[in-house]
Amino acid sequence: MSLLESTLLSVAPAAADIGTNSGSYAVVDGGVAAVGWLMVALPLLGAAVLLLGGRATDRWGPLLATVLSWSAFVVGVLVIVQMLGLAPEDRALQLPMWEWVAAGSFSLTAGLLMDPLSMAFVMLITFVGSLIHVYSLGYMEHDPDKRRFFAYLNLFVAAMLLLVLADSYMLLFVGWEGVGLASYLLIGFWNHNPAFASAANKAFIVNRVGDLGLITAMALMLATFGALDFATVHANASGASGTVLTLIGLALLLAATGKSAQFPLQSWLGDAMAGPTPVSALIHAATMVTAGVYLVARSQAIYDLTPDARLVVAVVGAITLLYGAIVGSAKDDIKKALAASTMSQIGYMMLAVGLGPIGYVYAIFHLLTHGFFKAGMFLGAGSVMHAMGDQVDMRRFGALSTKVKITWLTFAAGWLAIIGFPFTAGWFSKDHIIESAFTAPGWQGWVFGLVALLGAGITAFYMSRLFFMTFHGKARWTDDVHPHESPLTMTVPMMVLALGSLVLGAVLYPTGILTGWLDPVFGTAEHGEPLIPLLAIQVSVFVLMLLGAGLAWKMYAAGDVPQEAPHGSALTRAARRDLYQDDVNDTFFVGPTRTLARTAVETDRDLVQAGLTGGTTAGLTGLASYLRKAQNGFVRSYALTMLIGVVAILGAVWVMQ
Amino acid sequence: MNFPWLTTLLVLPLLGALVVALLPRASTAVRPVALGFSLLTLAVGVAMTTQFRTGSDEPFQLTETYSWIPQFGVSYALGIDGISLTMILLGLVLVPICIVAAWDDVPAVDRRQHTYFALMLALASMMVGVFAAVDVFLFYVFFEAMLIPVFFLIGVFGGARRWQAATTFLLYSLVGGLVMLVAVIGVYLAGPRGPEGFLVTNLTGLDLSVAAGRWLFVGFFIAFAIKAPMWPVHTWLPLAAEQARPATSVLLVGVLDKVGTYGMIRFVVTMFPEATQWATPVILALALVSMFVGAFLAIGSNDILRLIAYTSVSHFGFIVLGIFAFTTVGGAGATLYMVNHGFTTAGLFLVAGMLIVRRGSRDLRDFGGWQRVTPLIAGSLLVAGLSGLALPGLNSFVSEFMVIIGLFQRHPWLGFLAALGVILAAVYILVMYQKLATGPRPQLADVPDMTGREKFVVAPIIAAFLILGFFPQPVLDVLEPAVEQTLQHAGASEPEPAVDTANAEGSGR
Repeated sequence: MSLLESTLLSVAPAAADIGTNSGSYAVVDGGVAAVGWLMVALPLLGAAVLLLGGRATDRWGPLLATVLSWSAFVVGVLVIVQMLGLAPEDRALQLPMWEWVAAGSFSLTAGLLMDPLSMAFVMLITFVGSLIHVYSLGYMEHDPDKRRFFAYLNLFVAAMLLLVLADSYMLLFVGWEGVGLASYLLIGFWNHNPAFASAANKAFIVNRVGDLGLITAMALMLATFGALDFATVHANASGASGTVLTLIGLALLLAATGKSAQFPLQSWLGDAMAGPTPVSALIHAATMVTAGVYLVARSQAIYDLTPDARLVVAVVGAITLLYGAIVGSAKDDIKKALAASTMSQIGYMMLAVGLGPIGYVYAIFHLLTHGFFKAGMFLGAGSVMHAMGDQVDMRRFGALSTKVKITWLTFAAGWLAIIGFPFTAGWFSKDHIIESAFTAPGWQGWVFGLVALLGAGITAFYMSRLFFMTFHGKARWTDDVHPHESPLTMTVPMMVLALGSLVLGAVLYPTGILTGWLDPVFGTAEHGEPLIPLLAIQVSVFVLMLLGAGLAWKMYAAGDVPQEAPHGSALTRAARRDLYQDDVNDTFFVGPTRTLARTAVETDRDLVQAGLTGGTTAGLTGLASYLRKAQNGFVRSYALTMLIGVVAILGAVWVMQ
Repeated sequence: MNFPWLTTLLVLPLLGALVVALLPRASTAVRPVALGFSLLTLAVGVAMTTQFRTGSDEPFQLTETYSWIPQFGVSYALGIDGISLTMILLGLVLVPICIVAAWDDVPAVDRRQHTYFALMLALASMMVGVFAAVDVFLFYVFFEAMLIPVFFLIGVFGGARRWQAATTFLLYSLVGGLVMLVAVIGVYLAGPRGPEGFLVTNLTGLDLSVAAGRWLFVGFFIAFAIKAPMWPVHTWLPLAAEQARPATSVLLVGVLDKVGTYGMIRFVVTMFPEATQWATPVILALALVSMFVGAFLAIGSNDILRLIAYTSVSHFGFIVLGIFAFTTVGGAGATLYMVNHGFTTAGLFLVAGMLIVRRGSRDLRDFGGWQRVTPLIAGSLLVAGLSGLALPGLNSFVSEFMVIIGLFQRHPWLGFLAALGVILAAVYILVMYQKLATGPRPQLADVPDMTGREKFVVAPIIAAFLILGFFPQPVLDVLEPAVEQTLQHAGASEPEPAVDTANAEGSGR
């Protein structure tokens, strides 16, 4: 305790020098940004109307929710238009809303921060989110609880927007747990299935472990800076001691690992696939799970000052990107394979932010493109499930390319993007992360670079495996399925996302749109040369991609896929069980919690007994049994007790005087 | 002379109890009259609040002091500061809600219904008294007197083991009360004595010997720890909560138990600063243990009411941690938590009560799939549960968070350990909800979902969750001066942030 305390209480020598740092943002003075809160309020209103309105809203509720989600998108676009009218360095608008908490010297105003980083997220969330609302109109059409589903979707969009728009860690936390709640509700949407209910609980509880990190980080910030708003904390970060900054960085990372399903808190994401597929696309692929990357990127001012914490971020990212890729190679459940892939891709983003200034832009870039291609593929998976009577086992798919042509083509776009086929969106974003990894200093460059490279190869393998097992090879369908294409409400969003998967990179990157837009937030990074020539990296990535895809073709399209999973190697078996993550968690956390709860209950029983019969109250128990017998006379007995008490007081007073 | 607001608040419900009790045997007006009196009292309470000045530097406002037993220095002295005001208002808001919730608890046979609601109103009166008393002896009188209505509410109207539960409750409280009585007399003798010798203001800042201060401290603290309830003297609570009617439990756990933490602030910390410092490490340890043990007990419980009672043990642990952190943020958080916990507990107990009535069982294993049987009730339970696990945006979050970060300012490691509680809270709430509401729909005869009356119970509670979650500042404004005063008495100095941000104009400052 003393070490931490002394660190916390010691004022860093540099503090005085930076005392004049101004960390304030320009306050909004008009335009659409002045009503920027509408972005959060509109979908929130939708959730409230649908939940409180009851069955009366059954008919038009889902449509209302969809419209409100698009409205948030429109407000977002208008805010961006307004920001484009400002000089790049002035594009950070703060909108204070109300004084939320103040006590002593601590005070916090709830407010929004509209800057290039948050607005980039707003675009992703509202655009992909609204598309998925549209898709759900078709996907959930026959679900009796459709209205509740759309209420939760709107709640999610509102919470996610609050998460990225908040101007303080404390308000961010409202969105942070808000999306956790929406995720919990949607994973357990079909919680009449006990396994799905458990999956929902697991997601929330594992996320709470991560939230412990955010709470700790905020406690450290309050003790160090006396404030929790981005402006004050970030402007004064350089005044804090290195140890404190590293601790804050690690605590924030813990939060990020929970929300973004990164090692060691990744275990919930696979189970989260219990939720309806649009949820998997929106929450567990495109948006919520990337919140951890946002948190780290937003806290750039802190991570810039603590290379140690940053290194841990990169290591976590590197571990997860391999972990997810390995698990993804063994899964036969199409959604779980995609979930593992999400983990792995976010691992790339985490690695990128861990690399420091050079990586931030690419992390956000990959986050955006991933939001498109992964959401597109999830929607495609939903369409396939729709066609196959809600089956998810890829061993019973195959040869669907002819039956669901649109789904096949749109899925192909996502597949090409994720494996990094040249000039698709994923190629632009992922290659830059791999190249950046090779610029890290010393051994880090080799380790991170090679891991990222290897990951790209495995990605090509497992995604091609998924694609070929589903759409190519021989039909291995169960007897009762009659594949058919999905309605337009579902396929149009898939087409839009497919288009994005192909061209978003080319639109955003070579034109300089993205780097220019984010430049005021991240600045221009100085970086060293990669350890091996750029061209060599690019060629290696390309060759590995061909090898991975080719291997998958040979095994899963050209070759026969057994309908029952073969025994497999030790690694395959481990990967099927998510590399034993649940066994580890059960042994070290779930089991002990159960034991402690049982022990507590037993001990408490003893304590109650002791309280009734034991030691100090023995005499009173005698009285109790006497009183129990004399139920009718109890009032009298009580009065007597009081009387004795009064006499005792009088006596005591008399003696004292 | 000023209007005697507090006496009015004290007398009105008592009068109501009398009226209700004297209504003719066959009267159908029992419940409306009881509700009317509780609402009238609430209205007076709200009117009184407008007379309360937040910026005042007086220790107590709206004071009324009359000599009662001058020979022994006892006065009838009432007065409030921010902490007592919020506690009284909490009680006044919850009483009508509980009366509506308890509407059908007792059939109109004989005079049972008369007694039931008269007792509730009597309890409301005692609640006002115990929080408004600024004479230590008068406080003691209310402290003991409020046991009487609770005892009968549990012992007469409770479940199968009601008598055992009521007796256990009474015995624990009496033991604590008697120990406190000795300390009450002791502190009087150590004070200036005289006709107003029991006034809190006359007993603050006494020059006590170290030993005397510590003995007196222990005397008061034991009583308050039992009431709060803290581990290991919490054991009366599970039985009482399990056997009592949910509405009784709300008033007992949600309001009356706050006398424990309120007493710690008002009497223990204020009157015995030296002893407080001496005992703080032990108290913090006990509070942390309460927090953890309460949570694990809740995880291991299958009785819904018992489970909720254990979550309260855990939450009281948080409150005590906040009080004994001796930081403004921690103290303000703890006192705000005392308000929030009242609403959270009300939500949990009352909604659980709706389910228990429908299923005829308190055992979680008898439920399952109820989200599909009674979606509104199950949803309300989830919302109350989310408040219990301190979801940001709902009431408990602000207070729990303030307690954690306020404690962290003083003792980083303790703050971190306390934060672990948020994980356990997620476990006990979600596991409860899972057992109760999820799974396949059970085969039951038609079970009605939430009735109109029940909506009137749930709506104000959920409204309170949201208002206190997003706009807690008015309450904090009321609480803070009282908290600062307590910190001054305790002689605690505020920990300064390590980095001087005064010159860096942060947006939030």
